[in-house]
Amino acid sequence: MPDHPAPPETRFSRRALIRLGAGTVLIAATPLPAFATPDDVKAAQQELFGSRVIRDGRVTLKLPAIAENGYSVPFSVEIDSPMTEDDHVRQIAIFSPRNPIASVARFQLGPRAGRAAVATRIRLGGTQAVQAVAEMNDGSLWSGSAQTVVTLAACVVLW
Amino acid sequence: MTSIRLSVPQTARKDEIIELKALIQHPMESGYRRGSRGEQIPRNIITRFECLYDGELVFSADFHPAIAADPFLKFYTRAVRSGTLEFRWTDQHGETWSDTASLSVT
Amino acid sequence: MIRLSPVLAFAALVAACSPSPTTDTDLPAADVRSGYTFLTAETQAMQDDSFANPGYLWVDRGAALFGSRAGDAPSCASCHGEGLTGAAATYPAIDAATGDLLNLEGRINQCRIRHQNLPALDYESDDLLALTAFVASQSAGVPISVSTDGAAAPHYRNGRDYFFTRRGQFNLSCHQCHDENWGKRLRGDTISQGHGNGFPAYRLEWQALGSLHRRIRDCDAGVRAEPKAFGDPKYIDLELYLSSRANGLEMESPAIRR
Repeated sequence: MPDHPAPPETRFSRRALIRLGAGTVLIAATPLPAFATPDDVKAAQQELFGSRVIRDGRVTLKLPAIAENGYSVPFSVEIDSPMTEDDHVRQIAIFSPRNPIASVARFQLGPRAGRAAVATRIRLGGTQAVQAVAEMNDGSLWSGSAQTVVTLAACVVLW
Repeated sequence: MTSIRLSVPQTARKDEIIELKALIQHPMESGYRRGSRGEQIPRNIITRFECLYDGELVFSADFHPAIAADPFLKFYTRAVRSGTLEFRWTDQHGETWSDTASLSVT
Repeated sequence: MIRLSPVLAFAALVAACSPSPTTDTDLPAADVRSGYTFLTAETQAMQDDSFANPGYLWVDRGAALFGSRAGDAPSCASCHGEGLTGAAATYPAIDAATGDLLNLEGRINQCRIRHQNLPALDYESDDLLALTAFVASQSAGVPISVSTDGAAAPHYRNGRDYFFTRRGQFNLSCHQCHDENWGKRLRGDTISQGHGNGFPAYRLEWQALGSLHRRIRDCDAGVRAEPKAFGDPKYIDLELYLSSRANGLEMESPAIRR
């Protein structure tokens, strides 16, 4: 055989080979088959807020540094706001750049809340930075994000 | 029989900000999973949560499939008067579940 | 991040195990640690808060079932009053009437048949999980204390055999992971000691409450062995060995596990 480089489609890195060998297993094991992209997050935000400016700040998200299982990740968000009649949060929207759907949840609140903080548990299809956008009663938009590493369980049962 | 757990303080001072927790048993089937025969398991999720304080909406949430099974929420409200807090969940088919707790404000 | 397949991860574990010969010594009692200690602080907090821990949804349902009557049958509460504090920590146990080894699920079903004239509940049905979780939760904080002598002795030996026997395509025994390699990393997990003190437990992987037998079936499937049926006597024997191995460890059901 002449010594020449293999055509591109048959030249595999070791990693690609591992992926190939494990391909069927990975397809079965991946709970979420499709993924959103940062563009989908932008589109979802535009649907909610039009093309208004979203500024960084006032929004603090909490996620564990390492999520033990993507099916249930403890999540909380708090907005820096006095929550008075004159100055309060109207709604908080949560977005994922790597789930099948960019929208995760939306919370509506007002001055009656006293404190603009919400905690829940969310599903994350992979390691990512979750984003939250808060809309104030004056119409201004503020955002923040938090990163988490989503690990896979050791003994994934494939059925 | 759908199990619901609420954490609401029994008493609070007027204008105190109280913490509320609500948990409901629901699979929140995302619609992205497949069964053992490869068939797509249809989506079945709660899409809406509302908290009413003496009938007035004080907090609400819209859920997408990324809310984990057995949805949990923790949020806050200001204790304005003694009354009833109602927690209400609605799924994508319009079925609702609710539970109430009473709060005494001193 | 490279996403290793479970097959490769297990191959790596087998490789990690192979240099040192497999021993047949039990986990020293002084080393016994609950699965709780292998969880992240966030998951521990989820277990500790009974209004955040979804396992309590089943406990509540179980409490309601415990106190309610079905037709003419007496309720559980009509015999047992408020409940059965500490009882779950002594299971599996030998049933005096039949000489059989019963786990908590088996005892509940036997009560239904013998005293309530009700049909047995299916394993993993919400009702059996709820009743089991309710009774187990009444032993939360109680140290496990199972008896392995007398009529229980042969069951204990069978269970221990199951634990030490290599099985499945990966040719791994429970012992190799949970005695010899606990505390080490396997993919994103830390290998636990494999105690049952939190079961029925709410597993994040299941997104639901499940029995210890469901967990053991996952382990068997994980090493590519044929899982046994729910309630299989071999699993009840194994459950007895697991409980005796964890004697003294506090009950945590409904625990949160990965």
